[in-house]
Amino acid sequence: MTKSELIERLALKQLHLSAKDIESAVKDMLDLMANTLSEGDRIEIRGFGSFSLHYRAPRTGRNPKSGETVELGAKYVPHFKPGKELRERVNASLNA
Amino acid sequence: MALTKAEMAEHLFEKLDFSKKEAKDMVELFFEELRGCLENGEQIKLSGFGNFDLRDKSERPGRNPKTGEDIPISARRVVTFRAGQKLKARVEQLEAKK
Repeated sequence: MTKSELIERLALKQLHLSAKDIESAVKDMLDLMANTLSEGDRIEIRGFGSFSLHYRAPRTGRNPKSGETVELGAKYVPHFKPGKELRERVNASLNA
Repeated sequence: MALTKAEMAEHLFEKLDFSKKEAKDMVELFFEELRGCLENGEQIKLSGFGNFDLRDKSERPGRNPKTGEDIPISARRVVTFRAGQKLKARVEQLEAKK
Protein backbone atom coordinates (compact mmCIF):
# COMPACT_ATOMS: atom_id res chain seq x y z
CA MET A 1 0.00 0.00 0.00
CA THR A 2 1.38 3.38 -1.00
CA LYS A 3 0.57 6.78 0.46
CA SER A 4 -1.99 7.51 -2.26
CA GLU A 5 -3.65 4.11 -1.76
CA LEU A 6 -3.76 4.80 1.98
CA ILE A 7 -5.53 8.10 1.29
CA GLU A 8 -8.04 6.37 -1.03
CA ARG A 9 -8.79 3.64 1.51
CA LEU A 10 -9.30 6.15 4.30
CA ALA A 11 -11.60 8.17 2.06
CA LEU A 12 -13.83 5.11 1.69
CA LYS A 13 -14.15 4.84 5.47
CA GLN A 14 -14.38 8.52 6.41
CA LEU A 15 -17.54 9.55 4.63
CA HIS A 16 -17.92 12.95 6.25
CA LEU A 17 -14.46 14.25 5.32
CA SER A 18 -13.53 15.10 1.75
CA ALA A 19 -10.75 13.18 -0.01
CA LYS A 20 -8.83 16.43 -0.07
CA ASP A 21 -9.07 16.85 3.72
CA ILE A 22 -7.91 13.27 4.20
CA GLU A 23 -4.98 13.81 1.88
CA SER A 24 -3.98 16.91 3.86
CA ALA A 25 -4.36 15.04 7.14
CA VAL A 26 -2.24 12.06 6.05
CA LYS A 27 0.51 14.35 4.75
CA ASP A 28 0.36 16.45 7.92
CA MET A 29 0.60 13.40 10.20
CA LEU A 30 3.56 11.94 8.29
CA ASP A 31 5.33 15.32 8.24
CA LEU A 32 4.77 15.68 11.95
CA MET A 33 6.19 12.20 12.57
CA ALA A 34 9.25 12.83 10.38
CA ASN A 35 9.83 16.25 11.99
CA THR A 36 9.61 14.76 15.47
CA LEU A 37 12.31 12.18 14.71
CA SER A 38 14.42 14.78 12.91
CA GLU A 39 14.42 16.84 16.08
CA GLY A 40 15.66 13.88 18.07
CA ASP A 41 12.33 13.09 19.77
CA ARG A 42 10.46 9.80 20.03
CA ILE A 43 7.01 8.82 18.73
CA GLU A 44 4.81 6.62 20.93
CA ILE A 45 1.58 5.28 19.46
CA ARG A 46 -0.17 2.82 21.78
CA GLY A 47 -1.23 -0.34 19.93
CA PHE A 48 0.91 0.50 16.92
CA GLY A 49 4.45 0.98 18.15
CA SER A 50 7.17 3.45 18.96
CA PHE A 51 9.80 5.14 16.84
CA SER A 52 13.08 6.15 18.39
CA LEU A 53 16.64 6.88 17.33
CA HIS A 54 19.51 4.48 17.72
CA TYR A 55 23.05 5.74 18.02
CA ARG A 56 25.73 4.45 15.65
CA ALA A 57 29.31 4.98 16.84
CA PRO A 58 31.86 6.50 14.45
CA ARG A 59 33.73 3.91 12.40
CA THR A 60 36.23 3.55 9.61
CA GLY A 61 34.52 2.36 6.46
CA ARG A 62 35.77 1.43 3.06
CA ASN A 63 34.63 2.48 -0.37
CA PRO A 64 33.87 -0.91 -1.94
CA LYS A 65 34.75 0.37 -5.42
CA SER A 66 38.06 2.11 -4.82
CA GLY A 67 39.11 0.28 -1.66
CA GLU A 68 39.83 3.66 -0.09
CA THR A 69 39.17 4.00 3.65
CA VAL A 70 36.72 6.67 4.81
CA GLU A 71 36.06 7.98 8.31
CA LEU A 72 32.35 7.76 9.08
CA GLY A 73 31.12 9.99 11.88
CA ALA A 74 28.71 9.07 14.64
CA LYS A 75 25.09 9.15 13.53
CA TYR A 76 21.54 8.32 14.52
CA VAL A 77 19.26 5.93 12.64
CA PRO A 78 15.47 5.66 12.99
CA HIS A 79 14.20 2.54 14.75
CA PHE A 80 10.66 1.13 15.01
CA LYS A 81 9.47 -1.22 17.73
CA PRO A 82 6.02 -2.68 16.97
CA GLY A 83 3.49 -2.41 19.79
CA LYS A 84 1.70 -5.35 21.37
CA GLU A 85 -1.53 -5.14 19.34
CA LEU A 86 0.29 -4.82 16.01
CA ARG A 87 2.65 -7.66 16.91
CA GLU A 88 -0.18 -9.96 17.90
CA ARG A 89 -2.43 -9.19 14.95
CA VAL A 90 0.36 -9.59 12.41
CA ASN A 91 1.54 -12.80 13.98
CA ALA A 92 -1.99 -14.23 14.12
CA SER A 93 -2.25 -13.67 10.36
CA LEU A 94 0.61 -16.13 9.84
CA ASN A 95 -1.63 -19.04 10.80
CA ALA A 96 -4.82 -17.63 9.32
CA MET B 1 8.73 14.81 24.83
CA ALA B 2 7.40 11.97 22.72
CA LEU B 3 4.81 12.54 20.00
CA THR B 4 1.51 10.79 20.79
CA LYS B 5 -1.88 10.35 19.09
CA ALA B 6 -3.29 13.16 21.24
CA GLU B 7 -0.69 15.60 19.93
CA MET B 8 -1.21 14.49 16.36
CA ALA B 9 -4.95 15.11 16.73
CA GLU B 10 -4.27 18.52 18.28
CA HIS B 11 -2.14 19.37 15.25
CA LEU B 12 -4.95 18.47 12.81
CA PHE B 13 -7.36 20.54 14.91
CA GLU B 14 -5.08 23.60 14.86
CA LYS B 15 -3.56 23.42 11.38
CA LEU B 16 -6.34 21.91 9.28
CA ASP B 17 -9.48 23.15 10.99
CA PHE B 18 -10.71 19.65 11.79
CA SER B 19 -13.12 19.46 14.73
CA LYS B 20 -11.67 17.85 17.85
CA LYS B 21 -13.68 14.70 17.11
CA GLU B 22 -12.74 14.54 13.43
CA ALA B 23 -9.09 14.98 14.34
CA LYS B 24 -9.16 12.25 16.97
CA ASP B 25 -11.03 9.85 14.65
CA MET B 26 -8.67 10.61 11.77
CA VAL B 27 -5.57 9.72 13.80
CA GLU B 28 -7.19 6.47 15.05
CA LEU B 29 -8.30 5.52 11.56
CA PHE B 30 -4.87 6.25 10.11
CA PHE B 31 -3.09 3.83 12.43
CA GLU B 32 -5.86 1.26 12.18
CA GLU B 33 -5.55 1.31 8.38
CA LEU B 34 -1.80 0.68 8.70
CA ARG B 35 -2.36 -2.18 11.18
CA GLY B 36 -5.08 -3.73 9.01
CA CYS B 37 -2.87 -3.59 5.94
CA LEU B 38 0.02 -5.35 7.69
CA GLU B 39 -2.39 -7.83 9.23
CA ASN B 40 -3.50 -8.71 5.69
CA GLY B 41 0.08 -9.47 4.76
CA GLU B 42 0.57 -6.33 2.69
CA GLN B 43 3.69 -4.15 2.71
CA ILE B 44 3.36 -0.36 3.25
CA LYS B 45 5.44 2.18 1.34
CA LEU B 46 5.16 5.77 2.55
CA SER B 47 7.42 7.93 0.42
CA GLY B 48 9.46 10.43 2.40
CA PHE B 49 8.94 8.42 5.58
CA GLY B 50 9.70 4.74 5.11
CA ASN B 51 8.48 1.21 4.44
CA PHE B 52 6.87 -1.32 6.74
CA ASP B 53 7.71 -4.85 5.65
CA LEU B 54 6.70 -8.28 6.92
CA ARG B 55 9.14 -11.08 7.60
CA ASP B 56 8.31 -14.68 8.31
CA LYS B 57 10.70 -16.25 10.80
CA SER B 58 10.99 -19.99 11.16
CA GLU B 59 11.15 -21.72 14.52
CA ARG B 60 14.55 -21.48 16.21
CA PRO B 61 16.06 -22.75 19.43
CA GLY B 62 15.89 -20.35 22.34
CA ARG B 63 16.48 -20.33 26.04
CA ASN B 64 14.75 -18.92 29.08
CA PRO B 65 17.39 -16.48 30.32
CA LYS B 66 16.18 -16.84 33.92
CA THR B 67 16.09 -20.60 34.24
CA GLY B 68 18.53 -21.55 31.47
CA GLU B 69 15.90 -23.97 30.18
CA ASP B 70 15.92 -24.69 26.42
CA ILE B 71 12.64 -23.71 24.76
CA PRO B 72 11.96 -23.37 21.05
CA ILE B 73 10.96 -19.91 19.76
CA SER B 74 7.95 -20.57 17.57
CA ALA B 75 7.67 -19.55 13.91
CA ARG B 76 6.29 -16.03 13.64
CA ARG B 77 5.56 -13.11 11.37
CA VAL B 78 7.09 -9.78 12.36
CA VAL B 79 6.93 -6.18 11.14
CA THR B 80 10.13 -4.36 10.24
CA PHE B 81 10.50 -0.68 9.43
CA ARG B 82 13.01 0.70 6.96
CA ALA B 83 13.30 4.47 7.04
CA GLY B 84 13.35 6.16 3.64
CA GLN B 85 16.39 8.03 2.27
CA LYS B 86 14.93 11.42 3.13
CA LEU B 87 14.13 10.58 6.75
CA LYS B 88 17.47 8.81 7.22
CA ALA B 89 19.35 11.83 5.91
CA ARG B 90 17.44 14.20 8.20
CA VAL B 91 18.00 12.07 11.30
CA GLU B 92 21.66 11.43 10.51
CA GLN B 93 22.38 15.13 10.67
CA LEU B 94 21.39 15.33 14.33
CA GLU B 95 24.29 16.31 16.54
CA ALA B 96 25.33 13.52 18.85
CA LYS B 97 23.43 15.46 21.46
CA LYS B 98 21.64 12.81 23.45
